[in-house]
Order: sequence, then structure tokens, then C-alpha cells
Amino acid sequence: MEPLRVVTGIVAPLNRPNVDTDQIVPKQFLKRIERTGYGPAAFYDWRYLEDGSDNPEFVLNKPAYRGASILVTGKNFGCGSSREHAPWALLEYGFRVIIAPSFADIFNNNCLQNGILTITLPEEQVQELIRLAEEQPGMKLTVDLEQQEIRGDGIQIPFEVDEFKRFRLLNGLDDIGLTLQHEDAIAAYEQRRPEYLTYGK
Amino acid sequence: MAPKTMFEKIWDAHVVYEEPGKPTLIYVDLHLTHEVTSPQAFEGLRLAGRRVRRPDLTIATVDHAIPTWSRDLPVTDPIAATQLATLAANAREFGITFYDIRSPHQGIVHVIGPQLGYTQPGKVIVCGDSHTSTHGAFGAFALGIGTSEVEHVLATQTLPMMKPKTMEVRVEGTLPPGVTAKDIILGIIGRIGTAGGTGYVIEYTGEAIRSLSMEGRMTVCNMSIEAGARAGMIAPDETTFAYLRGRPHAPQGADFEKAVAAWRTLPSDPGAVYDRTVVIRADELEPYVTWGTNPGMVAPISGRVPQLDEFEPGPDRQSAERALEYMGLKPGTPIREIPIDRVFIGSCTNSRIEDLRAAAAIVRGHKVNPKVRAMVVPGSTGVKLQAEAEGLDQIFLDAGFEWREAGCSMCLGMNPDILAPGERCASTSNRNFEGRQGKGGRTHLVSPQMAAAAALAGHFVDVRELTKER
Ligand code: SF4
Repeated sequence: MEPLRVVTGIVAPLNRPNVDTDQIVPKQFLKRIERTGYGPAAFYDWRYLEDGSDNPEFVLNKPAYRGASILVTGKNFGCGSSREHAPWALLEYGFRVIIAPSFADIFNNNCLQNGILTITLPEEQVQELIRLAEEQPGMKLTVDLEQQEIRGDGIQIPFEVDEFKRFRLLNGLDDIGLTLQHEDAIAAYEQRRPEYLTYGK
Repeated sequence: MAPKTMFEKIWDAHVVYEEPGKPTLIYVDLHLTHEVTSPQAFEGLRLAGRRVRRPDLTIATVDHAIPTWSRDLPVTDPIAATQLATLAANAREFGITFYDIRSPHQGIVHVIGPQLGYTQPGKVIVCGDSHTSTHGAFGAFALGIGTSEVEHVLATQTLPMMKPKTMEVRVEGTLPPGVTAKDIILGIIGRIGTAGGTGYVIEYTGEAIRSLSMEGRMTVCNMSIEAGARAGMIAPDETTFAYLRGRPHAPQGADFEKAVAAWRTLPSDPGAVYDRTVVIRADELEPYVTWGTNPGMVAPISGRVPQLDEFEPGPDRQSAERALEYMGLKPGTPIREIPIDRVFIGSCTNSRIEDLRAAAAIVRGHKVNPKVRAMVVPGSTGVKLQAEAEGLDQIFLDAGFEWREAGCSMCLGMNPDILAPGERCASTSNRNFEGRQGKGGRTHLVSPQMAAAAALAGHFVDVRELTKER
């Protein structure tokens, strides 16, 4: 996983609440056995027309938003299934930072596992960013995880992020490696595991 | 000692390691895997030269992508076939019990776990599938995880987690006739919203919950995730113990009695404090039908498709507007007048034997409306065999339903069972998202009884009136 310290990039606005993981990656793309190749599937049903060409109506297809690395969107983003294909697709599409009033739990975890920074801001602030990104297509922002601050032309917004999440993203640390440092504790737990949990096979 | 909630007891009993400010390492008692969310996890293990720490606590089956037509036919979709072969190879390589497509124990993970007795009170259960919350019906802490976490559990048998908050959802009083477990949970989501449970583990309590069968409790816990919750749970009691006794992977003989004694200590202590409590009166619940594109967009069968001005201006109204457009519905339309093209009885929410019995009781001696194509997909091969032994398959077939092999099927349409654009379906599954059952398909979530009744009538009907008339 790539460390994430400072991201400067185009801000793409997706002004919808409750964008679910079926929208982020429809199921027909879940049959692959690899972790890669999902970028073209991101927002598939909204993004393409019947004939497979780009849907000019879909906001992320507007030329000014091409190459965006920061997504600003509505509340409860990523609700629905546990498919990690959703953050895989968003990452491959180019997003490293997602800003929303709230995120679904499993999706939020999955983003962290893949080096995507999710930032929760109050609804009004998010709406303001969406408005700016819509009015000035191609607008860039800098998201600074070290300083915990979003910066841009006349914009300076501090954000909160869990200390351990920040540490992991800054260092690009893989969870399994961290946990295996506690292998002794796991073995010790296996010795004291409540007996009733070990009956039955 | 301070009184504890059931969740806190289970959490405390599973702490492997903790350090202030960091996620707690929690031990996992049961890890269920399936073909869609596991290949990349096994691949990760292989690349890192890691093994599965506890193959004895891990089981695998195929459910999501498999066809549900005859098991004698080959899987024709080459990509799905690769996924199935990959899981089989991974199970062999890492020494995991695998119920393959021809096993009598095959089925949707959340149906076979309980059915085979793997799911037990007090356990921490995970699976790379959001509806893992189903298993909480037994008084377990069961949660869905992503593929990186699947890999983590395979390698370490633990999961780092921030402790979620607790929410009690108390359903007081007795359930009116015709109102099912599905209606309880749709009613709850309609009230608290699809993000109402975010960050919480919900414990369902109250008389109406206590009176549910295990199947009904599983239906309620199954859809906890649709309220955004990390997990849902219900305290184990005599109903739970009776269900588990004698199941192949449940404790046997004297161990069973010892286990029951331990399970009895799990329910929340009197005076235990939840971070939030929601109280719902059972007698205010009705059979529900969703009208929109998330499970919180729900109306009683006696109601109407809402008017836009019933929503706050802003994101909620926009979202309702989009939903109505997608669903092809006019505000104010009585729910009963919504015609349907398809009926799907199945999914980990409502495909257990009791669900099929309830639907068959409505269908018996009647015919599916000629405009409707209806299908029943049992949740597991075990459920299918039992239903056939009880003659339920014949009731459905005589009425004109298709009777399928077990799998997820049209719940998510990863196999060939999908809706055509614009088709409208009464479905017993759990998600009515845009395109969930096929691009452009329109899903209305209902109970098995309501789905069965809609199949006969060709539009939604109030099952309460149906049972009165007959
Ligand atoms: S039946 Fe539907 S919700 Fe349940 S596990 Fe299968 S796809 Fe997921």
C-alpha cells in the first residue's frame, strides 16, 4: 500500500447521498480473481451509455474533472455490500481522497486497507466544496494529512482523523504485518480461549 | 461488577491484545468464505508466503455466482467457473473444509452456517459479505468484512477493530397477524434510516423479538447492515438452544449441556447501558413494501408512494426524486396498485424452510398470474431437500413458480438470473439498489407472504385481507 502524505489534485463533485457499492462497482465485475482491472468499472451504470461510449451527462465524464484525485460527495457514501472491489475501482480511477459528511463502516475500513483517505466533514462544508468544484470545474485542492488540513484558493479547512489511521496511511503500513508483531499474544489467547467456544467441530 | 451488554461480554471474551488509541485485536471463532470475496485474499497469502492460521475454524462454500438451474449442467459462464475452480483449489491448498456446488451442505453462507450448527452463541463470526450480521440472531457478534480483512483473518485469526457503540432496538408488544420478521426490520429501517445504525452494533430486544423463531430472528439480524449497523444481535434463549441441539457441528452430548450453561450467561445484564435506545411498538407495524432505491424508502401496504414535498428540500428530496424516476412510479400511487412482472422468493434474508412454508401456505391451490414470472430459490441444498420432503416444491410448481437449486441467484444477479430493464420485481431479498437485480430492474422488498400474494394477483396485495377472505 502506497503511503499518503499530501495529495494535490482536481476535485470531482458527485452530489448524491447514499451512493452504494452496487453503483460504485456493479456485480458483473466481481467475478475477477485479481485485485486490479476495476478502474474502467467504476460508476459503470452511470458512466457509460448503452453502446459503451461515455455518457456526457455524467459529471465525472466532464473533461475538466478528468484525472481528478479528490472526490467530494454526499452522506452515507459506500453503503451496501462489503465488496472491496469498490475502493479498488476508485483507487484505480485515480481517487486517493474522498470527502463526505459520512461513510458506511465497511467501506470506510476497506478504503483504509487500500490507502484511500476518507475525510468526514460537516454537511455544510461538504456542500460548499461541491458547489465550488461545480462552479470552477478543474479546481484543485491540496489535502495535507500531515497537517490535517485541506487547502486551496481561499480555502483552509482543518479535518479530524483518527491518530492510528493517520499513522498507517502516512507510512503505508499493512495491517497483517502489524498484527503479526503480536503473534505471541495470539498464541497466548488461544491457550485461554473460553472452553465453550471450542466445543463442536 | 458493572452490568454489561451482551455485545460487551462477547467483545471482552475475545480481546487478544489492546493498546490505548489503537484498534483492539479481536479473536475470530468462525470464518466463512465464498467464491467472490476470497480469491484476492488467498492470492495475498500466497504472495507473502503465509498460511491459514486456523483452517479448522474456516469453511468455504459457493453461492454468489453459481447458476441455480440443474446441478447436472455445467457452469457456462467462464469467469464464474474460474472463480469456483479457484475457491476449490484454495480450499485444497490451505486445508479448508469446502462445500462445493454438488455437496448436500452447499448453500448461501448465511443459511448453511446456522443450519449445520457452526453458528453458535458467543462466537465472533466474520465473512467477506455484509449480511454476515445474520448470524447475530444466535447471540453471536457477526460482521461483514472486506477482502483485505479476509486475508488478515486467514493469516492471523484475528481482526483489529475499534470498539463499536451499542444500540438497543426494542420492539414492544405482540406482532399483529400477517406482520412478519421482514416487516419488523423494514419498519425499523424506515424509521431510523439506512445510516441510522452506522457505528453501532444493534441488539434487538422486546417481546415481539423474543416471540420470533430462529428463522425470523435471522431475517431481522440479516438486514441490520441495511440500517448501516456493524452487526445485529439477539440474546440466545430456549428457542436458540432447541434450534442448535443435534446439528452436526454444534456441541454434542455433555458438551452441549456445558455450552448451554455458558450461553445462558451471555444476555445483557439488567441495567446494562446502551449508547442509544430506539423503542418501536409492534402493533404499529404493518406489512411493508419498499417504493424506492434503498431499503429505508418503505411504505405500508395500506399506504401510497410518497409525495416529494414530504421530504426535506436538499439531498433527501433529490434522492427521493431520483428514486421515483428510476422506479417509474408516480407520487401518490396506492402501493396496492403497483403491478409487478417478476417475483423472487429467496436470498439469505428469506429463503429458509419457514419462509418457504409461509409462502407455500399462501400459494397452495392457486395459480401465478399469467403476466408474472415467479421463482423460488431455496437458501441451501439442505433447505431444498427438506422442502421437497414436505411437498412444498409441488405446491410452487403446480401454481406456476420455477423451483430452483440453492444460491444467491437474483438477490444480486451475478448468475444468469436477472431482471430485464424496466421489469418490476417483488423480491424477498434485502437490497433494492439501482441495478441490483439487473440493469434498469426495479426491486420492491417484501416478506415471503407478500411476495407470494403478489405473484398470484399480479400486483401488491395486503396479506392480512387475503388470510381473512380464505
Ligand atoms: S443472498 Fe444476496 S445478500 Fe445474501 S449473501 Fe447472497 S448476494 Fe449477499
